[in-house]
Amino acid sequence: MFGYSMAEIGNIVVMQGFSGLSMFTVLLLMALGLAIIFGQMGVINMAHGEFMTIGAYTTVMISKVAASYGFTDYYFIFAIIIAFGLAFAVGYLVEFAIIRHLYKRPLDTLLATWGLSLVMQQIFRSTFGAKEVSAELPEWMLGSVNPTPDIDIPINGLFVMGLAALVTFGVYMFMYKSRWGLRVRATVQNRTMAGAVGINTAKVDRVTFALGCGIAGIAGAAFTTIASTGPTTGTLYIVDSFMVVVFGGAASIVGTIASAFGIAQAQSVLQFFMTSSMGKVSTLLAIVTILMMKPEGLFASKLRK
Amino acid sequence: MFEIENLQVSYGQSQVIHGLNFKANKNETLAIMGRNGMGKTTLFKSLMGILPSKASKATVDGVDLQGAATHDRVMKGLAYVPQGRWIFPNMTVQENIETGLEKSATGEIPEDIFALFPVLHEMRKRKGGNLSGGQQQQLAIARALVTNPKVLLLDEPTEGIQPSIIKDIAKVLNEIRKMREITIIVSEQVLSFTMEVADRIIVIDKGRFIHEDTRDNVDAAKVKSYLSV
Repeated sequence: MFGYSMAEIGNIVVMQGFSGLSMFTVLLLMALGLAIIFGQMGVINMAHGEFMTIGAYTTVMISKVAASYGFTDYYFIFAIIIAFGLAFAVGYLVEFAIIRHLYKRPLDTLLATWGLSLVMQQIFRSTFGAKEVSAELPEWMLGSVNPTPDIDIPINGLFVMGLAALVTFGVYMFMYKSRWGLRVRATVQNRTMAGAVGINTAKVDRVTFALGCGIAGIAGAAFTTIASTGPTTGTLYIVDSFMVVVFGGAASIVGTIASAFGIAQAQSVLQFFMTSSMGKVSTLLAIVTILMMKPEGLFASKLRK
Repeated sequence: MFEIENLQVSYGQSQVIHGLNFKANKNETLAIMGRNGMGKTTLFKSLMGILPSKASKATVDGVDLQGAATHDRVMKGLAYVPQGRWIFPNMTVQENIETGLEKSATGEIPEDIFALFPVLHEMRKRKGGNLSGGQQQQLAIARALVTNPKVLLLDEPTEGIQPSIIKDIAKVLNEIRKMREITIIVSEQVLSFTMEVADRIIVIDKGRFIHEDTRDNVDAAKVKSYLSV
């Protein structure tokens, strides 16, 4: 088939499957933040990719400092925490300065955050230069695992997968097992009523938006392990991330996971057998077809009206 | 005591509530009655700070409510059961009630809530959106009660509820008043229900209070005449 033997096809499926898993983890980390901001709050944040870039540049800078002091093996965990904290802080300020004035005007939010993304890209360009930069990866993250002689699984990919699983678990615990999560869900489902049971919805909005941005920051930190970072890195993932959230069912974390997995795997496998752009187009066509039949996404909840 | 003086509400240039005054005592149930569109829901929403309003005085036990955001009014002792109930449909019954625990030190649902509404205990793992109208009304009242209010506002609690459940709601409201000694203000169009729960009845018409009776001396024919279309 396609000029390959069955054994080669098997290896291709495993390798492309793993490549799809790597794409899935970055998409998932990006989409989780967006699932909170867009899915839960309804804010179309076109600057979400730039929050990922904040996390990526933070990690790159910390890696340079760590390398100069000989701490390259240990910095990454701290870099993830600082990337989250910095993206969270910027998100908090952006919500306070811009987003809170636009909650009832989704199209204005789209324009404002698109403008913000351009401003942030220019700030990155002026600060770090137009060239892409890479993080100094810890020794333990380099190399690969070979379950068979023909299959090569990179350790950094495995690390990002573990990180994505941890963040997903953290988001689930936050949303469904914490008091803050309860406040967020109440505000999302009925803002007026949430206020009428004593929830400070303005504060919930600020923390929720900042949390989504913080998770994008973690995605950025993870991104540095598989690619280099430039001022427009965030724009590579923004369309795919929105696609993941909409396809999964905007308010569903399970839907986001399933959707990120499906889209990443489909793109990875199709891009091998077709060209890269045809793989993307085929995936997009499939998503549009499914959304025409199920506009609320894959995992919308069924409730008494 | 809950005191309101000269309350005024406008939608843009149109004034819809015209200088309302009332006092409601602790352990008293006051009913505001009127036809659809007379200003009952607007009055309740303005009391909760959901709609902007002006007043010379708005206090709960002497604590000023003016200018306070909705969540601050809850902290100061108001609780709200809106028309249509507005339960959180994707949350379980237990989570719906827990949303009202912002003031609670323990974060636990008080035991008396499930004693008042045993059906909610049975259904605590079900999603709120899957309950019947009567069960949702009980849930909305329970969620308001866990905020530990001094004043409970209920906007048309019998709307869309079957008659047998309406009797249960009346019974529960009387029990709540006995247990908590709070002020209850209920808006209604059903006089029979009002007669079971209210100490005083005020009729609202086009944003103005036009008639007031105590339950013992109510002129039922007159009140009904204001309610008929």
